[in-house]
Amino acid sequence: MAANGSGGGSDRQRVAQQRLRIIAGHLRRPADEDSAVRAAECKAPQSESDASAEGKTVPRRRQEIMKWNGWGYNDTKFIFNKKGQTEFTGKRYRLSGMILPGLQDWFENTFGASVHHKSPATNILNSSAVQPPNLNEAFVEELKSTGVPFSHDAEDRVFRANGHCLHEIFPLREGKIGRVPDTVVWPNCHNDVVKIVELACKHNVCLIPFGGGTSVSSALECPLEETRSIVSLDTSQMNRILWIDEKNLTAHVEAGIIGQDLERLLNESGYCTGHEPDSMEFSSLGGWVATRASGMKKNVYGNIEDLVVHIKMVTPQGVIEKSCQGPRMSTGPDIHHFILGSEGTLGLVTEVTMKIRPVPAYQKYGSVVFPDFEQGVACLREVARQRCAPASIRLMDNKQFQFGHALKPQGSSMFTSFLDGLKKFYITKFKGFDPNRLCVATLLFEGDREKVLQHEKQVYDIAAKFGGLAAGEDNGQRGYMLTFVIAYLRDLGLDYYVIAESFETSVPWDRVLDVCRNVKARIVRECKERGVQFSPLSTCRVTQTYDAGACVYFYFAFNYRGLSDPIHTFEQVEHAAREEILANGGSLSHHHGGGDRFKIKRLLIKRRRRVGVNDAAVITGCILTSKRWPGHPEPRGEEVILRSPRHVLTASPSRKLMGESSIYQPCTSSANTLPRPYHRSAGPLPYPVFHVPTSICQGKPLRLRTACHRVKLILGLYNVSSVLGPPLGARHCPPTVWLHRAPTSLSLYLHRGHCTQETENMT
Amino acid sequence: MTHTDTASGRAKMDHGEEFVDILEERRRSYDLGHALRTINLHPYQGGPRCSTAKLNKAVLESQYLRYVAEELQKATQETPVILMPNHKSYLDFLVISYILFTYDIPVPVIASVIRLAEMKMVGEILRRSGAFFIRRAIGSDKLYWAVLSEYVKTIVRTGYAPMKFYVEGLRSRTLKSMTPKLGMMHMVLEPYFKSEVFDITLVPISISYDRVLEESLHAHELLGVPKPKETTTSLLKSTKVLQEDYGAMHVNFGRPISVRQMCEGKINRCQYNLTPRDLPQKPTEEAQACVSWLAHLVVRVQDEGSVISPWSLMACMLLQAPITALTEEGLLWHQLTGKTLWLRKLVLDCGARLNWPAQTPDSDVMSSAVALHRSVVHQKAGRVYLVQEEEPARRHPISPQERMMRTASAVLMLASYRNQSLHVFVRPALVATALHITESTQRDELFAFYCFLQELFSYEFVSIPGELSQDFEEACSLLKKCGAAHISQQEVTPSAGGMETLSFLRALIQPFIDSYQVMLRYLCEEGDQVLTEKQFLAAVRSLATRLILSGELDTYEALSSDTQKNLLLALRRLEAVTKSRASEENEFIVNEAAVRKIGDVLSGKIPPQMLQTTPDARL
Repeated sequence: MAANGSGGGSDRQRVAQQRLRIIAGHLRRPADEDSAVRAAECKAPQSESDASAEGKTVPRRRQEIMKWNGWGYNDTKFIFNKKGQTEFTGKRYRLSGMILPGLQDWFENTFGASVHHKSPATNILNSSAVQPPNLNEAFVEELKSTGVPFSHDAEDRVFRANGHCLHEIFPLREGKIGRVPDTVVWPNCHNDVVKIVELACKHNVCLIPFGGGTSVSSALECPLEETRSIVSLDTSQMNRILWIDEKNLTAHVEAGIIGQDLERLLNESGYCTGHEPDSMEFSSLGGWVATRASGMKKNVYGNIEDLVVHIKMVTPQGVIEKSCQGPRMSTGPDIHHFILGSEGTLGLVTEVTMKIRPVPAYQKYGSVVFPDFEQGVACLREVARQRCAPASIRLMDNKQFQFGHALKPQGSSMFTSFLDGLKKFYITKFKGFDPNRLCVATLLFEGDREKVLQHEKQVYDIAAKFGGLAAGEDNGQRGYMLTFVIAYLRDLGLDYYVIAESFETSVPWDRVLDVCRNVKARIVRECKERGVQFSPLSTCRVTQTYDAGACVYFYFAFNYRGLSDPIHTFEQVEHAAREEILANGGSLSHHHGGGDRFKIKRLLIKRRRRVGVNDAAVITGCILTSKRWPGHPEPRGEEVILRSPRHVLTASPSRKLMGESSIYQPCTSSANTLPRPYHRSAGPLPYPVFHVPTSICQGKPLRLRTACHRVKLILGLYNVSSVLGPPLGARHCPPTVWLHRAPTSLSLYLHRGHCTQETENMT
Repeated sequence: MTHTDTASGRAKMDHGEEFVDILEERRRSYDLGHALRTINLHPYQGGPRCSTAKLNKAVLESQYLRYVAEELQKATQETPVILMPNHKSYLDFLVISYILFTYDIPVPVIASVIRLAEMKMVGEILRRSGAFFIRRAIGSDKLYWAVLSEYVKTIVRTGYAPMKFYVEGLRSRTLKSMTPKLGMMHMVLEPYFKSEVFDITLVPISISYDRVLEESLHAHELLGVPKPKETTTSLLKSTKVLQEDYGAMHVNFGRPISVRQMCEGKINRCQYNLTPRDLPQKPTEEAQACVSWLAHLVVRVQDEGSVISPWSLMACMLLQAPITALTEEGLLWHQLTGKTLWLRKLVLDCGARLNWPAQTPDSDVMSSAVALHRSVVHQKAGRVYLVQEEEPARRHPISPQERMMRTASAVLMLASYRNQSLHVFVRPALVATALHITESTQRDELFAFYCFLQELFSYEFVSIPGELSQDFEEACSLLKKCGAAHISQQEVTPSAGGMETLSFLRALIQPFIDSYQVMLRYLCEEGDQVLTEKQFLAAVRSLATRLILSGELDTYEALSSDTQKNLLLALRRLEAVTKSRASEENEFIVNEAAVRKIGDVLSGKIPPQMLQTTPDARL
């Protein structure tokens, strides 16, 4: 328990400082009484070390360092300067302050855009454009008494109203602000969250968890239909490493910590988690858990589901967690598997125990050039077959290779540019690679030095069989750098009438090439049909390899000059592309999460509904995304349709469920009423069954998440109902999950509200 | 449904009536250099060296082509292209390759029947010019099927070369389009269904001949004379056929059809996601329906793209004259020309593609058509006579049966030329027939009868499954356009001035109805309960011969084995005849009651109201 060492003094000191800062901030701007921020001491079970107090990147007032209508830090962005060169401002990145001579040409040629046609963003956030908060007075009063800091300040609210989907950012750039949360609260620890959730249930307010704000699935968007007061629960202050267990190599961390802080703090102790999603600069641990995130180095460290040992989640009915930290259990379905990927619909993740590893001794980048994409994919497949994938292996297609080339910073000397020319000559002329077909794989090796070198040789040998040529460390490193700056590049594009988005999928090996080809072709065709004047950039890369398939990442962008409603066109194209992915046997998402995209899925389910098998089961969350619920080899059942979001299905916790024909009855305790009892055919339930209702509101399809906001959730006997809004840290809810019978031996215990006698007895 | 409209609209593209003789240069200066030139586009050397001799003689007489070269060329680069010509003559086989070769478009691989491969040398020539040979009856040979389909799919998947196959499966002996065969179509489309290619382009190609090389061969085959085996010797022997004038040949490349566009909403590609794509799977109902629909659509587009010759119109008219008039008294030339000119107007009203030279006087056009077909008719002293085949002088005078068979072969030749323009009239003609037989003007009754006719004649006149009502509407509006009928919400009434049109249309269908009645009568009254196809054909032929000789039946088409087989197929579809599983032979069990009922409906004894209880006209 390394973190226990330091005393409570520093904690108090830190809180006091924080308090002062907040008070100072509010003294500076006149605000009405409601927007008072109250600080309170958090009685966290353990105090954090000094290191973590310093290690905070994201302050409570995000506006101090972050853009409000673009990606990342205020001081960092791409600009075209007067000399026709591209500059990357700021000091935070390796690329910062550098000149990129090739980018502007590439940009103009690829998109048919011109630096003279600008579409600049609104710089100043106009607070008066923000609607006044819709407050639930009783809730606010009680919230005050808990001492958890909160704010009604316009800026605070706007900053928590959007993720980074194009359709969220685009209006913001034009200064259009839609529905924003009415209150922002900053819980400091697990117990704060418990209090807030309890209050939210009591006063019927909507909670939207906010972690790093990097959602790309509309999860943070406030539902327009929502009439209740919306509270954004910002976990950014729950950012401590509570303890590190060196014997078991685990660390217990608060869920609000962002990736870069977590990694840096662990590094100080000589450890790392190895979980590095592209958004790790800003995304939070809780968000990773809630969206089943995947890191670039998953080949060594695993995806989030492999890394997590223990999760504490606050649900409206109580706290849910396992009773031990055993590495594997076989007592019923793994409770983690409905928390992972629940995207905030079931509860709010507050604390996570994660595996940690010693920081690797040696790290080496690398790259391989292939004559064409087909060969590259064949090589990746072989690497996966031999199970010798390096920490990361990614294959860019030709367009992306050219893009990466355009991002090359100005050569430092004549010699390097001479060397580059020589390389180019060797590959294109001597080896006969067609510059318009070749593609590049970037590699990252980690581990002991010898092992890395040995491993490297093995991989390069395989690559050679597929015509691959080693192309140096530089190219590899630049490839990975691209992932951090790509989001900044989108903002640059937006400044010049170019809109861009990325999406990803996972797909079996035999379909990788088909998916890549068809989806790219579909994008081009759809753009053409929808009147996009310039041919779009439609490119992909294979970013992860698995035994049975791969993850493919698509980028697409186009010049929207001449389109009356670019966002609409864009969404149509994106929708078509996703449809194409599904038709080609890809999943809706490998790691971004479902969010709004479940809309597509719902349509599909209608088409391929399977009836007849124990019709009690409706599982949507696991059919078309890569998510699968444990214990269910195959999804089955029928759709449950809610007539309106106010109508809710609830299980009766008091009744024995086995063998009864009607297992649901109206829940009369709340305002919700049951539209029709949910029947199931006789016979025992096959294990716990997950129900996912989709909703139809007055004949019109209703966005799923709206229904989910109001739908109560029953977790078996625990009767966990969800008044929680969209998810923690990111994205929108998939349909609500219903579990109406818990296996008796499920190895978790439950706090009903607060820890009661009963639950203690259970343990 | 809208898809069809766009697709059929496509064929009627506004290209006007101009045909460009794109091979003119070739025609004027034929040199071996052209045939021997090498193209590097493709592994195949394409140019049929030896066969140019054979080909050119036939082709070079005059070849007009309207042709969208760039479009095709572009298409071959973007997606796999499937060329789908109709199949009326052996010549089809090479003419497409020849054109593509001349225009530097990759030469297609061609699915062709295995018997051609057995020909010495020629088989090799064909193989080198891109043919691959398939067995006609695959039956239960799973391995063969697997190899073949994998071959086809690989070609499509890799875009190795455009592929060409005949969706109708075999050569049409009657020059009528036939019900498409779906096996090959399935193989070709599967790579799209399984997302292995982004899209597939289907190019319907209509080839129409002024005069078909095999005309008398076909007629004899239909009359039961066995088809000579395709051998190199017989090919060489038949070269004298090539000395004759065969007029023009029109090749019309239809606007390419994008499978992706057509299948939108018709096929759910996700169904292939849950099993490995290599696993052989029986196509789902959805896929079958989609493939069948597309195949029928292609046939329809081929029809619409084909060019109608003046001769075909004359054949229509000749066939409507009494046979004795043709064989003995002769038909007055001016009567024939007058009627043909009237028909020309009708054809143009129907929006068909007619090849009627504008500069030449009409009478010259017609007499040159007659001259071209001197094997069928000849003109003497202002009258037109049917040519009776001259056989070497015999000792015995020929029997009436023999004479009748000779007439029959000429009539069947005429009939096949009539069939070239049948697709224009068939739907309005069915409505006209319905009007006549039901004596009703109620739209729904007419539609019910129309459906019945279309079902019964489903193998005679190809219709797109599931689009009967659209066809009916279209037919009605055509009738209205020609001034033959008044159309209202509820009724279709013959108009006073439209009697001529209606009776012409009716007379077009009449031979089919008469023939079917004879056969149905045979099945009900004379035939056994159980019979094989062979027995049926022979018996029906002798019955029809008897009836014709006695003057009871005046259509010779009842003698055509094609008509006879089509009826059998249709009856099986209508479940009036079932195949018996017990025996080795293809034996059929006849359900007499059902057959009789069909006959009664056809002759109008059962009022159409009764039909309405079975909306799909299945009995």
